[in-house]
Amino acid sequence: MKFSESWLREIIDLNLSSDELSHKLTMIGHELDGISKDGLSIEGIIIAEIVDFKKHPNADRLSLCNVNIGSNKIVEVVCGAPNVQVGLKTAFARVGQILPNKIKIKKSKIRGVTSNGMLCSASEIDLGQEDDGILELPSNAPVGGGLRAYLNLPDNILNLDLTPNRGDCFSLIGVARDLNTEPDSKLNYNFRIQNNITSKVKCEVKTPHPDICPRFASQVIEDIDNRARTPIHLTEKLRKSGIRSINPVVDITNYVMLELGQPLHAYDFDKITGVISPRFAENNETLQLLDGNTIKLNRDTIVVSDESGSIGLAGIMGGNSTSVSDKTTSVFFEAAFWPPEFMAGKAREYGMQTDASLRFERGVDPAIQAFAVERATQLLLSITGGKAGPIDDIKNKKYLPQTKLIRLRQSRLNKILGKKIPKSEVERIFKKLGFIVNIKKDSWEVTAPSFRFDINIEDDLIEEIARIYGFENIERQTESITMPISPIERPDLSKDAISDHLCVRGYHEVINYSFVKKDTDNQISGKESKLELLNPISTEMAVMKSSHLAGLLQNLKRNLSRQNNRIRLFEVGNVFSGNIKNHNEVEKIAAIANGPIEEESWDSNNNDISFFNLKGDLDSLLVNNNEEDLFRYESNKNNKIFHPSYSADIYRKDEIIGVIGMLNPILTRNNDISGDVYFFEIDYKKAFRRSPIIAKPISKYPQIRRDISIIVDSHITSSELIKAVKEIKPSTIQSVNVFDVYEGKNIEEGRKSIALGLILQEKSRTLRDEEADDIISMTLKSLQSKYSAKLRD
Amino acid sequence: MNKVKEILEKSLEEISNAASIEDIENIRIDFIGKKGLFTNELKKLRHLPANDRPLFGQEINKAKNVFLTNLSSAKNQLEGKQLIDSLNVKPIDVSLAGSNSSKGSRHPISLVRSKIEQIFKNSGYKIKVGPEIEDDYHNFTALNVPENHPARAMHDTFYFEGKKLLRTHTSPVQIRSMIADGAPIRIIAPGKCYRCDSDLTHTPMFHQVEGLVIDKDISFANLKAVLHEFVESFFEREIKLRFRPSYFPFTEPSAEVDILWENNEWLEILGCGMVHPNVLRNSGIDPEKYSGYAFGMGVERLAMLYYGVRDLRTFYDNDISFLKQFS
Repeated sequence: MKFSESWLREIIDLNLSSDELSHKLTMIGHELDGISKDGLSIEGIIIAEIVDFKKHPNADRLSLCNVNIGSNKIVEVVCGAPNVQVGLKTAFARVGQILPNKIKIKKSKIRGVTSNGMLCSASEIDLGQEDDGILELPSNAPVGGGLRAYLNLPDNILNLDLTPNRGDCFSLIGVARDLNTEPDSKLNYNFRIQNNITSKVKCEVKTPHPDICPRFASQVIEDIDNRARTPIHLTEKLRKSGIRSINPVVDITNYVMLELGQPLHAYDFDKITGVISPRFAENNETLQLLDGNTIKLNRDTIVVSDESGSIGLAGIMGGNSTSVSDKTTSVFFEAAFWPPEFMAGKAREYGMQTDASLRFERGVDPAIQAFAVERATQLLLSITGGKAGPIDDIKNKKYLPQTKLIRLRQSRLNKILGKKIPKSEVERIFKKLGFIVNIKKDSWEVTAPSFRFDINIEDDLIEEIARIYGFENIERQTESITMPISPIERPDLSKDAISDHLCVRGYHEVINYSFVKKDTDNQISGKESKLELLNPISTEMAVMKSSHLAGLLQNLKRNLSRQNNRIRLFEVGNVFSGNIKNHNEVEKIAAIANGPIEEESWDSNNNDISFFNLKGDLDSLLVNNNEEDLFRYESNKNNKIFHPSYSADIYRKDEIIGVIGMLNPILTRNNDISGDVYFFEIDYKKAFRRSPIIAKPISKYPQIRRDISIIVDSHITSSELIKAVKEIKPSTIQSVNVFDVYEGKNIEEGRKSIALGLILQEKSRTLRDEEADDIISMTLKSLQSKYSAKLRD
Repeated sequence: MNKVKEILEKSLEEISNAASIEDIENIRIDFIGKKGLFTNELKKLRHLPANDRPLFGQEINKAKNVFLTNLSSAKNQLEGKQLIDSLNVKPIDVSLAGSNSSKGSRHPISLVRSKIEQIFKNSGYKIKVGPEIEDDYHNFTALNVPENHPARAMHDTFYFEGKKLLRTHTSPVQIRSMIADGAPIRIIAPGKCYRCDSDLTHTPMFHQVEGLVIDKDISFANLKAVLHEFVESFFEREIKLRFRPSYFPFTEPSAEVDILWENNEWLEILGCGMVHPNVLRNSGIDPEKYSGYAFGMGVERLAMLYYGVRDLRTFYDNDISFLKQFS
């Protein structure tokens, strides 16, 4: 809602400076989106009168005007405007004047004739967008006088960012009513109008569906001259509210809407056929609107129709067939109450938003319609003349919002606000807001005025008191905590701890959008995504991601293109699966890695990252809770995102908790990434599920270390071997560690050499060397029979 | 007799002349080695009459002990000197980078979320989460935003089929917590939210932290206190706050909170209010018995202020040059 400060001050006397006014508006809940000075740039522009003019000798479209610029000083000016006429008073920029666009007016020859200044259009001096002719001022404007003083400029333009509950403040009167709570304020608006009714002409209106149109006030005014000029004090107000002057009828509907918050529609009465009636649109009905667009109507849309069909989109925009032009001589004003429940979202359905739809969606005062028509007629008669017919005010109270009696308990007021508000202050606020108050013991019975249809319950009243009393006057008060102690619900390792750990290992955390391109996600998950947005921002963000991989790949690509050659990234967040009726959101931790093992440095390891580097990073994170073999890795050749030979599923006991591997080169190449890329993704809750650590007693007797080096078939995994070794004498074999793996020269094809280090120890005595020797020979025998292992020499 | 004395004197002289650990070792061999002078004297004992042996033996051992004490102290001295000499090498360039020292970084949004969580956890708030794919009921209806309410238009919602949507705020977690746990309640709910809006100042995904406290006698004055304490604790300094009346369908009274920032400018940082009685009722809590406050803050907004980030979109570019500033 945009309006000028001077207009507001016409309606209400306020003992506030401009700054105080802005502050006040903000602090009673009308956030100022902006405040701008208007009319600063017309300093120096004066009012001049064209005393005569003739055609430019060398140019058809230009005129030579003799212009009176005050004290009967006449200057000759070349002008290209089409609306030049004798006696026209307009804006004049003298030689030396600097226009808002920074151009300095010079005495100059235009097509051979000297021009001593310039006649200005509204847009040239920042007084609006009109640029189709020079500014036209009323005939009583003082020639030679400053335009700025004449127009009472500069003025402040206030732009309020209104909350959706305060539809009433989409009007000057609404804002003024809220400000009326200020001490020493006084509303100046006159709600008594007596128009001369000089005609009996009415347009017949029928409302067979009162639920969709509980009130329809209208009036016909004949014999108007719509070519008349709307007075400048009125067009100036419209201009400052960002509305362009069209013709008196249109200007007046806009003016009354801004003033009272009631959108009006004006029809050319002569173009209406028969009875007017609001109804729902019919199947396949179309309507050409005022703006020239033709729309196909939906069946839940209310239209105003006459006997020829629909002639307007109720509460949004009028139709083209009955539109008003400067040739209109009879006008039909409509002020209706369109219930918000039928208006909500309607304009958006048609890709529109109008000043009318904005107001009707939020609700208008259900008691203002007849007055709004009277007000419009009053203004119209004074500008265009004409004969007004009687007001036709059809209403059905049953479907109009009702004012209700609401009880406010003093105890609840004080409890919710945490402050004892003096009774007298409560009563003063209600009265100043126009509420009717009935004082009871320890409570008030309050009736809100018709324009405050947002007030429905006791807490609405509490909000009113708090808002006007001032939030700043409620002192803060720390509450006492009474929450009982409750168990920790999170898994063993917090996400913060995991993230910090990955940072220490060199990974940067990223956050990507949760939606990705459908093809990409299908390719990654290996199945068709069923979580598709109906209204995505773009096809690149169409489905919910089933993995962090798509985002991380994008991040990798971006950072590679920015000259990073070693990249380690991770992401923590939800990924999605299932269908929309039954979907899963699972929190996963994923990491991607590419480039050398270490950052380039004078002594760094420049080898490229391998499966085992990434696995090491992950293993350092997985806490085994003192349980051996809690986690294990099993090769998986079937996960299409990975290289078939360099990938694994990760298990915690018998449950898959994640995947790890080298990304399939087909996938990375499709993303224009060269070089090996490694990736893991694990389920946060499954991987770090809480399980208590059970401590085991430690032995104080000496350990014996024995190493064995064997040759086995290549496909035998180290974890199998370790498991087999431990089983030989679990109470003595404390740990088995692979300290070397070799394949190649001196080892036959299909076989590998593997070196195991065994730590042997007894719990309650010293282990003897001979016993250790026995264990080693048992081990070798067992590995020979199970895996055809050979001792390496 | 004199012989032993002579040997001792000779040995002490040699010790005092020793210049290296090798010298010391040679002296040891010369005097107490297999063929050493003291050893020879001891060997000679068996040629003496048995009665004389203890006396001579004592004599020799005494001298030998004096020798050993002197030898070992000379050795210690020489070793110390050698150690000191060995330190005298060319110093290394200590300014060279340490090995494999690359470190990663937390995302600033994640850092700020974590900081907010810490502050509230310290005051006894529990952390709750809820689904990002929500239903219309929890995201709107239960929060007193019925269908066709103009407030729905303010939330540019991403929809799926069948009344499912991406939550437009973290407020549905309020409803889920109240229904699950009942009053009293004291939680914050951090998480991702979505609105189909993408320009200089909006990203289609963003993060919020929601707060909800419900108990007997919770008041607007309490809300003012908690947010004031939070903001000062977050920015680690005294800050002026302004509570400005506003409108949210799920709170009443509703307020927006501005902080006084650089250039004496008020900046909006969060929305809050007293939980609307309809919201309490929808979640099975009696508004006559309990009252509560709720607040919601944008993590991106706080992160921009906290770190001086000017362009919102840099948070989602995930450019390492930007990210590593937060390590």
